[in-house]
Order: sequence, then structure tokens, then C-alpha cells
Amino acid sequence: MIELKQLTKKYGTKKKSTTALSEIDLQVGKGEIFGVIGHSGAGKSTLIRCINLLERPTSGEVWVNGVNLTALGKGDLQKHRRKIGMIFQHFNLLSSATVYDNIAFPLTLTNTPKADIKKKVSDLLALVGLEDHKNKYPAQLSGGQKQRVGIARALASDPDVLLCDEATSALDPQTTDSILRLLLDINKKFNLTIMLITHEMHVIQSVCDRVAVIHAGGIVEEGPVTEVFLKPKHQVTREFINRETTGADALKLALSTTNSESSKQVKITFLGAQTYDSLLSQIVRETGVNFAILQGTISTIKDMPYGQLLVSFEGEASNINRTITLLKERNLDVEVMN
Amino acid sequence: MWGLDFSMVDWEEMSQAAIDTLKMLGASALLTFIIGLPLGVLLFITARSNSALLRFIYRILSFIVNILRSVPFVILIVALIPITRAIFGVSIGVEGTIPPLVIGAAPFFARLVETALREVDRGVIEAATSMGASTFQIIRKVLLPESMPGLIAGMTITVVTLVSYTAMAGMVGGGGLGDLAIRYGYQRYEKEVMIVAVILMIVLVQLLQMIGDRLVAHFTRK
Ligand SMILES: Nc1ncnc2c1ncn2[C@@H]1O[C@H](COP(=O)(O)OP(=O)(O)O)[C@@H](O)[C@H]1O
Ligand SMILES: [Mg+2]
Repeated sequence: MIELKQLTKKYGTKKKSTTALSEIDLQVGKGEIFGVIGHSGAGKSTLIRCINLLERPTSGEVWVNGVNLTALGKGDLQKHRRKIGMIFQHFNLLSSATVYDNIAFPLTLTNTPKADIKKKVSDLLALVGLEDHKNKYPAQLSGGQKQRVGIARALASDPDVLLCDEATSALDPQTTDSILRLLLDINKKFNLTIMLITHEMHVIQSVCDRVAVIHAGGIVEEGPVTEVFLKPKHQVTREFINRETTGADALKLALSTTNSESSKQVKITFLGAQTYDSLLSQIVRETGVNFAILQGTISTIKDMPYGQLLVSFEGEASNINRTITLLKERNLDVEVMN
Repeated sequence: MWGLDFSMVDWEEMSQAAIDTLKMLGASALLTFIIGLPLGVLLFITARSNSALLRFIYRILSFIVNILRSVPFVILIVALIPITRAIFGVSIGVEGTIPPLVIGAAPFFARLVETALREVDRGVIEAATSMGASTFQIIRKVLLPESMPGLIAGMTITVVTLVSYTAMAGMVGGGGLGDLAIRYGYQRYEKEVMIVAVILMIVLVQLLQMIGDRLVAHFTRK
């Protein structure tokens, strides 16, 4: 649905330029929720703004729904932009227009008949739960309500794609969750392709199917969220995940306090139904190995439960090895840390 | 009171002068808005354009506006006498004051428009762009409504400025309250007429400012 080919964006003049993005290749499938995570200044906003050509890339191509947007003239680009909805960190609503008129805005651009606008806006107000607020102005709404208006407005022209530029970064945790749930709802309901950027791993974990990690203008890691989240390869990815679970310092402390000869630190990852099974206790009872839990998480990625335990096995080396083999035989992911 | 005798004020002349002032003010304000608003929008759009040609146009427009704004209004009136004659066939009277008033005030108002438009949140303009709005649609549906309070404040300042301009235009024969005040007060030492004329102008300015402030408050949604 979205395809970026060798996308490069430089800011500034030829002599003094900064490269915000360099040769990005990316594909987002129909109906997918694709997340891009990165630190501040990594190039996330530039990337998502290149997709609807709010920023024109210095080189490379942007394809959306089979159309090369970078090759279009002004008028055609305006037409195709109507099929790409966008929501923003600071909502960017018309402060002089009511909730109703804000949502109707994209429809008035195409001279849609009044009756059609009314029907569409009513449906959208119901979808985002703002029927009672339609005559209010944005200044009278909370942050979460403003973003709901933003989402309704973005959906008004029945877009193929929804772009979210840090859509929850200005919101408190509860409101963030309710907005993320709304995004999941509309993704399911309309099979809408969503691309979002964020600096919070929590957002990726809650809603995304696939994720790309962007660092200094390049993608350093990409894949299904379960894979990237549970087995991060790049340093930057690890930082994001450690911040979300337990701090990296706590992990170091845990590893250093148990560094005895007769023990082995092992990270075990459970995924899906395994998460709630008693596999670990069954196996250690069989091998006679004892364990201490140094660190542990049991949570979900989107709807998928997972658990990740860092344990220290104590006992005879051969028994510990047998424990590890048995764990692997049960299709658990086991990583020996020392 | 203070040796003033208001019985000698010719009220008929006074009301004619007041009507003349309102005529000059109404006509010049209307034309100033009609010319200044598009000019201000043009200044705003060309200033931030990506196209080098449009930015060049901005520099030229900006230069002309600055020149017109730096010429003292009295000099502008005198300098424009030939042009006024060409348009109206007269260079004095109420009609004769319109060209200098408009040429003096329109660049001023255009700058106020430009400043008001700059106050519009960039993000909102960007959101409209992302929804496929054309430049014209952005002007009509985003820039103008969003800057309405600023535009009305700018109009108020412009009209009030025009009140003092009409007084100066009166000096070179345009008529109106300012003309009356100067003729009687300065040339004939009849303070009473001057005082009444000045009070009327003060009341006018207060009224205009009050209406402007009310409208600004009405359109402010932030
Ligand atoms: N309009 C601009 N002009 C010049 N440099 C910019 C502009 N926008 C972004 N940059 C630079 O590009 C890089 C990436 O910025 P951005 O995409 O905003 O990062 P992020 O959204 O990940 O914080 C930064 O180094 C930033 O300074
Ligand atoms: Mg950003």
C-alpha cells in the first residue's frame, strides 16, 4: 500500500546540508499497522511527512496505492492526498471552526453536497464518540477529544492510508490508550492501512504489526513486532525496549549479583499460549535444577501474550545444560547470557 | 464657562462636516480593505513560497509597500493631486481625498493583514495541505477564518488611522471635521467650533474602537 524507494531527504542548501533521511526502502501492506520508532531527531517526522509529500524528498520515490506520488503534478497530488489521512501530535484543528465543521472540512474541499456531509459527519461523530460535542470549538475540548476530532476528520474522505505523526505524544497514558484502541478499531473495521511514528515502545507494542527502528536517518532494524521486540538486534532497539520494561541498570545489577561458578543466567522467552503454561516448573522438577528469577515480564504484544524471564539456574553443569535442552525442545526461545 | 460661547457654533455647518468626514471615512476604508486584504494575502503567500520567482515578487511588493508607508501622509496628498485630478476631475472636496487616503492606508493595512496571517498556526495550514486543499482553498477556508480576530483588529486600527488622515486631508481642502477645526480654530481663533469638532472626532474614534474590540471578542475562539 505504501512503498518507499531509496528515499533521501536533505535539508538546507547544497553547500551546507543535513541529511535527515538516507536511502530508505520500506513497504507497508494493505490493512497493516506499521510503526516507526526512533529517538528525537532521528528523522521520523521527515519520513512520515515525505509520504504525503508535505516534505518533498530530495531523491527517491513514494508510492501509495500503486501511484508514484513523486511523479505527480500539483493538481493530481492534491487529488491523491485526499486519500491519505493524517493526524498530528498537536491535532492541528481549525480553532475557528466547530467540531462538526472541522470534521466536514475535507468534504467541503470537494464540494460534497450538504446532505452527504451531514450524514458522513454524524457517522464519524458516533464512531469517535463525540456526538454531544459537535457544536463545541476545539478550545473547549480535552486533548483526547481533540485527537478524536483529528481522527474523524482524517477519515472523512475515506482514505486508503492513515498517517499518524506522534499522535499520542501530547496525551496522558490513559488517553493514549483510548486513542490507540480507537486506531485499532478503525484498522479492523475499515481494513485501513495505518503508519504511525512514535518515540514510545509502548505504542508500538500495543497496536503495531510490524515495526522499523530509525536512527540517524536510516532504518537499523525492521520486522514483525514480536520478533523485533523480543529479540532486538540493534543497540538502539534494545535501549527502547529496556526503557519500557526494566531499566538497563537493574539488569546489570541482577547479572552481577549472581555471578557464581555454579550458575548460569538464561533468558527464556514464551510466546502465545506457552506464556501461561507451567513448562518451566515441570522441567526443573525433572532435572533437579533450582532457579532464581532475576528479571521478568509477562505482557502482551498487540493481542499476543508473551513472557520473558531472566533466570539464574543453580546446580550441576550437566543438569543445567539438560534443562536448557529441554526448554528448547518445548519450542521456547532460550538465550544463555554468561 | 472658561469664556467659551457655544451659541455661535453653526450647527448646520458642523453636521455637514461630520457627514463629510463619515463619507470620506466610509469610502476610503472600504477601498482600503478591498485593496489591502488581497495585497496582504499576496505578501503572506509570496513571502513563504518555495518558488524563487514568487519570493522575488514578494521583495518588490514589500519594497513598494515600505516606500508608501514611509512617505508622510501630507506629502502624499500633495504629490497625488495630479492623479486625483485625472481620476475625478477634482483635486479637492470629499471625492478628491479618496485616492490619497486609500493609497496611504492600503499598504499599512496590507502589512497588518500579513502580520495577522502569520499568527495562524502553521500546523493547521499543513493539515489542510495534507487533505488536498489548494492554495486558494487554504486562503479562503483556513487563513482568513483563522485570522479573523487579527484581521478585525487590523481593520479597527486602520479606520482609526483614517480618521486622523481625513483631518489632514481636510487641511488641503477636503472638508470634514478636521478641516472645520483648523479653519475656525487655527485661522479664525474661534475655539468653540474647534472644540466641538475635536470632541466629535474623539467620540467617533472611541465608537470605532469599541465596535472593533467587540467584534474581535466575538470572533476569538482560543
Ligand atoms: N525544516 C527543516 N529544516 C532543516 N532541518 C530539519 C527540518 N526538519 C527537520 N530537520 C532536521 O532533520 C532531522 C530529522 O528531523 P525530524 O524528522 O523532525 O526528526 P524526529 O521527528 O525523529 O524527531 C533533524 O536533524 C532535524 O534537525
Ligand atoms: Mg518529530
